[in-house]
Amino acid sequence: MSSTEAGPTSRASPLERFIVNALLIVAVVYALYPVLWVISLAFSSGSTPSLRAFPLPHDVTLDNFRVVTGWGDTAKSFLFARQLMNSLVVSLATASMAVFIATPTAYALARYEFVGKRSGMRTLLLTQMFPGVASAVPLYLILDTLHLLDTRSGLVLVYAATAVPFAIFQLRGAFLAIPVDLEEAAMVDGATRTQAFLKVALPAARPAIAVTALFAFMSAWNEFILAATLIGRESAFTLPVVLQSYVGEYNTSWGAFAAGAILVSVPVMALFYVAQKQLISGLTSGGVKG
Amino acid sequence: MSQALQEASGTDSASIKAAAPSTPSPASLQSSGRAAPRCSVRGVTKSFGDTSILKGVDLAIPDGSFAVLVGPSGCGKSTLLRLVAGLEEADAGTITLAGKDVTRLPPRDRDVAMVFQSYALYPHLTVRGNLEFGLELRKTPRAEIDKRVAEAASMLGLEPLLGRLPKQLSGGQRQRVAMGRAIVRRPTIFLFDEPLSNLDAALRAEVRVEIRRLHDRLKATTLYVTHDQVEAMTLADTLWVLNNGLVEQKGPPLEVYERPRTTFVATFLGSPRMTMLDGVIVREKGCFYAEGGGVRALLDDDRFGDSLVEGRNVRIGIRPHDLGLAKNGAPSVAELKVEIVEALGSEAFAHGWLRASGPSVVARLDADEARSVRPGSAIRVAVAPSRMHLFDPKTGLALGL
Ligand SMILES: Nc1ncnc2c1ncn2[C@@H]1O[C@H](COP(=O)(O)OP(=O)(O)O)[C@@H](O)[C@H]1O
Ligand SMILES: [Mg+2]
Repeated sequence: MSSTEAGPTSRASPLERFIVNALLIVAVVYALYPVLWVISLAFSSGSTPSLRAFPLPHDVTLDNFRVVTGWGDTAKSFLFARQLMNSLVVSLATASMAVFIATPTAYALARYEFVGKRSGMRTLLLTQMFPGVASAVPLYLILDTLHLLDTRSGLVLVYAATAVPFAIFQLRGAFLAIPVDLEEAAMVDGATRTQAFLKVALPAARPAIAVTALFAFMSAWNEFILAATLIGRESAFTLPVVLQSYVGEYNTSWGAFAAGAILVSVPVMALFYVAQKQLISGLTSGGVKG
Repeated sequence: MSQALQEASGTDSASIKAAAPSTPSPASLQSSGRAAPRCSVRGVTKSFGDTSILKGVDLAIPDGSFAVLVGPSGCGKSTLLRLVAGLEEADAGTITLAGKDVTRLPPRDRDVAMVFQSYALYPHLTVRGNLEFGLELRKTPRAEIDKRVAEAASMLGLEPLLGRLPKQLSGGQRQRVAMGRAIVRRPTIFLFDEPLSNLDAALRAEVRVEIRRLHDRLKATTLYVTHDQVEAMTLADTLWVLNNGLVEQKGPPLEVYERPRTTFVATFLGSPRMTMLDGVIVREKGCFYAEGGGVRALLDDDRFGDSLVEGRNVRIGIRPHDLGLAKNGAPSVAELKVEIVEALGSEAFAHGWLRASGPSVVARLDADEARSVRPGSAIRVAVAPSRMHLFDPKTGLALGL
């Protein structure tokens, strides 16, 4: 980033550089090959994939995207828009809840000693040991009792419950990495304890909070099993559930599936692109000696 | 012990600096009466768990004075500073700032500014943001903020850096920003916690002078904490030596250096360290001598007075800078078997032994003398009687003050 930091390859010999680049190219191809297939499928006509070494779309067309989004069919496109909104709303709400609950909790766990701190943290850790699916049945029953089945709110509650503990651990680490000196300096400068948190610790932890929010967003955005279990009404589907419906028991519309997969990926990629500065940034570095 | 020592060392060093600032100093605008100390700490104790760190510390810093608290690492210097700042709470005792008892007040109500060892610059704010932070919190009018920031920035040469983030600054620049952040506040007292310890040696010497210059210009009451005796000696109006949770000695630095009251102070200040030898007082032809460890040195009756009793056991203290070649028939005090000669250019130090079983002893040589002294040779060394230090071996207290 900064001009003083030399990249790892800048001092390498041409041969070394060639080898490193070759390895990286292989790695990129390895990672992107399936993605290229998906793109090729999405833009091809016909529903069966033809196997070729190099995935190029044949008869380039946007038909698959039209199918997925219900182009020209008002009812269908309205439904798709609604499902897209479901995904967005659920994921955003999950991310916000995770950050709003986890940030103060993590801060307290990083900065204060109190009774039950250790056992509380161990319990939180314990909940992380079981995948959400393991509790799918009880969750179903609970949501049923609360009349929250088939609702976005129910899904958000379930997602937030799994996202919060992880977010707490992530953010606690971030707060521990921020020197206490900074907040003490703020208090000597005239800040209250709360102002020291809001005006110094919080901004210093912003990159970590962004990452945490992104993680929570993505885990909700991609989640399928719980969504499929807890949502039965088509208009309440999230996109992963919609996507799955193209993989039928008897015939699979691969082209539509691929187009749907791309539509699902685009918002996440966009988010990463927007947040990349926060993700890489070492914002805390430099405030304290080092 | 410290109580007695402080009362004994009568000279109060309210030596207000004579240097007149070219501009009216901001600190003088809010200075209260001269008589009462700007900052006073009385009988302050502090423990962490079962470990007692401060055991009754007393400090009094007159308005406009530069006080340096010096002591070995881990002796509680930072703890004391944090108590004054309000970042820790005292177990007992009172802390008064500008006549107000602040012992139980939170940091924001104490009107102190602190320069942290780590600088603790806010990483998400630019240099300007860092300087403005405290003023904005205190709802200072915008025009006043701009004026003070401009003033501090020009004083410290920070103008070209105002738009940068801390991570884009060098160590020396960060240090200056940390000082600027304190200066814009115009606080009752400036607190410095080893502000130079993260700088390289050359920069440290430079900034040391700059800190003293700033102080003389602002006449800002300062409490500066360090384990570095050079910083302590060069910066202080009054030196406070902290050891084992108590102030062992206070006074103007040269006085403390020349008349240390305890073996601890004697060996802590001065580099190379003062040589300590076990010995006894003997009397010969009406004169008293300190004898032991290969040394036999004439003592000054006037200085030590009644404490010179024949046969009394003493610890003999001689600073390497006071031990030199015996010249032109001056009576030598010992014969030093030279092991190494360290030539520093302007001067040299001969390390060696007086006795095979004794401790290593250091003597100072002029650059010219050093050329003729070879490792393995023996040299006759002398010390002026007025430069001898004697301590009671049991209490560690100096004799004859
Ligand atoms: N918050 C704390 N909890 C427990 N022990 C502490 C705490 N702060 C300081 N100490 C201990 O108090 C002693 C003095 O610390 P400090 O004031 O930082 O020393 P100095 O600044 O003179 O090097 C050290 O032994 C340190 O370990
Ligand atoms: Mg310290």
